Amino acid sequence: MRKFIDFVLTSVKLALTGSRKYYAWLASLLIMVLFGAFSYYYQLKYGLIITDIRDQVSWGSYIANFTFLVGVAAAAVMIVLPAYLYNYKEFKHITVFGELMAVSALVMVLTFVLVDLGRIDRVLHLMPFTGTPNWPQSMLTWDVIVLNGYLFLNILIPGYLLYKTYLREPPRKWIKIFILISIPWAISIHTVTAFLYGGLAARPFWNTAVMAPRFLASAFTAGPAFMIIILQIIRRYTCIGQPGCKLVVSDRALFTLAHIALISMLVNLFFLGSEIYTVGYAATSHIAPLKYLFFGLEHDGVVYNKLQPYMWAAITMEIIAALLLLFPRTRKNFKTLNIACIFAFVGIWIEKGMGLVIPGFIPTPIGEIWEYYPTLMEIMITLSVWALGLLVYTLLLKIAIGILAEDVVHPSAKGREMPEHH
Amino acid sequence: MVDKGRRDFLKKAGIAAAAIPFANLRIPVIDVTLEEFFQKHYKEMSEEERKRVVERLERQHKEKYGVDVEIMTTPPRKGVVWGYALNIQKCIGCRRCVYACVRENNQSRANPKEPWRGEIQWIRVLEFEKFEAHPGKPSKKDFRTTFGEVIAGINLEESEHYYDPPLVPEKEKFYMPIQCQQCERPPCVKVCPTKATWKEPDGIIVVDYNWCIGCRFCIAACPYWARRFNWSDPYIRREEINPRMHYLGNRIRMRGVVEKCTFCIQRTRNGRYPACVEICPVGARKFGNLLDPESEVRRVIERKRVFRLKEELGTQPKFFYFID
Ligand code: SF4
Ligand code: SF4
Repeated sequence: MRKFIDFVLTSVKLALTGSRKYYAWLASLLIMVLFGAFSYYYQLKYGLIITDIRDQVSWGSYIANFTFLVGVAAAAVMIVLPAYLYNYKEFKHITVFGELMAVSALVMVLTFVLVDLGRIDRVLHLMPFTGTPNWPQSMLTWDVIVLNGYLFLNILIPGYLLYKTYLREPPRKWIKIFILISIPWAISIHTVTAFLYGGLAARPFWNTAVMAPRFLASAFTAGPAFMIIILQIIRRYTCIGQPGCKLVVSDRALFTLAHIALISMLVNLFFLGSEIYTVGYAATSHIAPLKYLFFGLEHDGVVYNKLQPYMWAAITMEIIAALLLLFPRTRKNFKTLNIACIFAFVGIWIEKGMGLVIPGFIPTPIGEIWEYYPTLMEIMITLSVWALGLLVYTLLLKIAIGILAEDVVHPSAKGREMPEHH
Repeated sequence: MVDKGRRDFLKKAGIAAAAIPFANLRIPVIDVTLEEFFQKHYKEMSEEERKRVVERLERQHKEKYGVDVEIMTTPPRKGVVWGYALNIQKCIGCRRCVYACVRENNQSRANPKEPWRGEIQWIRVLEFEKFEAHPGKPSKKDFRTTFGEVIAGINLEESEHYYDPPLVPEKEKFYMPIQCQQCERPPCVKVCPTKATWKEPDGIIVVDYNWCIGCRFCIAACPYWARRFNWSDPYIRREEINPRMHYLGNRIRMRGVVEKCTFCIQRTRNGRYPACVEICPVGARKFGNLLDPESEVRRVIERKRVFRLKEELGTQPKFFYFID
């Protein structure tokens, strides 16, 4: 217990000490969070009226980002799985970064759900004992379970391994069980999230079996793309790569991630294409949302097409990303690789965020076309949740790097060798 | 289903309604009292607790709106399942039902000073073209003839519910009002994560406005666009409030929760017709007990040509449209 308290104190100290630049970064994130909190205060006070979400389009930017970020959280499995199941050495050093990415993504996911609720004061109604969860009927109840479970796993696993490293003790066997559980669990969080949409017969745009596979494919593109960028930043700004550092982020690890992103992106485009074909060729009335997304819909001489430019941009970015990742020459060149990763990330953020949520509501089940466009306050809240996630990620990374790479160690374990890397 | 575990938990924790210290303490910004915060699900309350909650709600209505209201908890009657039938041949699109419903059910009105505050209407009347042709040119490339594309009949995507001509009915139009279809297999109930919306034994889908968390999953799941959300606090002028209320029906809602048509539960459970049935000037609306073969609605179903909306979705609406 004593040792655990020391661990927590050391972690807090690690997280809160750093260079000037580090503080400036934290402060700018904190300011963004405060801006959002300010807007959220108005939302609490006046209701969701401060957003542009309405009866016609009843979910907006919050749920769009929620959906996307569940994918980012799930994508941690793409590092965990090769590292633990296939014993892929290059990934052993970076698993912790993946798991912590999952934690930060989940913090954003849960915050987005909370800010979307009309009555946050009643959130406990979702939980057993304090509420009446509609289990197993409601997919949202399932989502609450799997998301919180995944958060728990992703705090427990890296937390425990860091703790053991801090004490320079080898981890116990039981943690393996949790690691193994975390693999299918990651798949489950995104599957259940896809099922939220896929199960709604009222919304033909979502009511398709390809939803869950498509979600997973796009997640396994965006997640690794994000990791490639983050790992380069970590490599640049920390001791990693310098002589004497205990952690390595190798080029090979990054290129393997790029490979994963490539394959997932191709699969994702294939699923998207299949969906477009099926709906487009049959050309039943269910084609309307897709038409809205890509070309806009016309009603009484007015064309509604606010989403159209974004969607085309997304598809273009995804295709460029796929091409850049496809050729070894551009994949193994960091300049083009980074462009590919940013394009893949942003492309999927649009395609699976707003590009998925909004057209599901257009036209409404009784044929009304009503366009949604987030308000300034809504955008501020959205950005601040992102800032919160980045803040959490920064702090967690700082701790992890301190313990794993900078030799921060418990006084009792001084001089002992680092145990075999998890 | 009564969740026994939860009740025991609450008991043990000593936070049963009566025992809440500072029950009247108001949490600022979200504006709820501690007593409201700890209120149970409607179906889990004992008679005693229900009475106390209703008394408190009546008091709150008085404080907030300055009116004396009566909030009933009339239970469903045995052997009754309500059904509705609507004659689209007769409907003239006058929207009297819409406004009668708004008045009866204390729906939020448009606020002249703050137009951004949402106006809520549970009934929407859809207007359809009887016939609209976009003549085509015969070509080798596609299958079209000079007949071209025609819009006729009930095509929801071609409907218009903001129509506003000086006079209805218009010759080349027909009308079809739509509201909650009280589905026998309601997707809205299935998706609700908190059981805040459910089907009563008399077939009406209700919402406990004090239990709904405002996630709006049910709005996404409803194929008939029947559910409305309180995007802000409702706006109703004091003299327009209908003081005869039901807990599950027309009591005034709060911001952040979902609401919908309940077949006027406050009326129909006390032997009256829904407001929309009463007001319809052409008698297009019929209402009654589906279990009673002699009821008006059953006779309509058996003798007229009836159909239900989007039957292919398997929702089994208890709302029938018919023509003579
Ligand atoms: S019409 Fe909509 S709100 Fe009414 S019961 Fe059916 S699904 Fe629920
Ligand atoms: S908005 Fe309310 S009634 Fe609708 S699904 Fe959510 S908790 Fe249930």
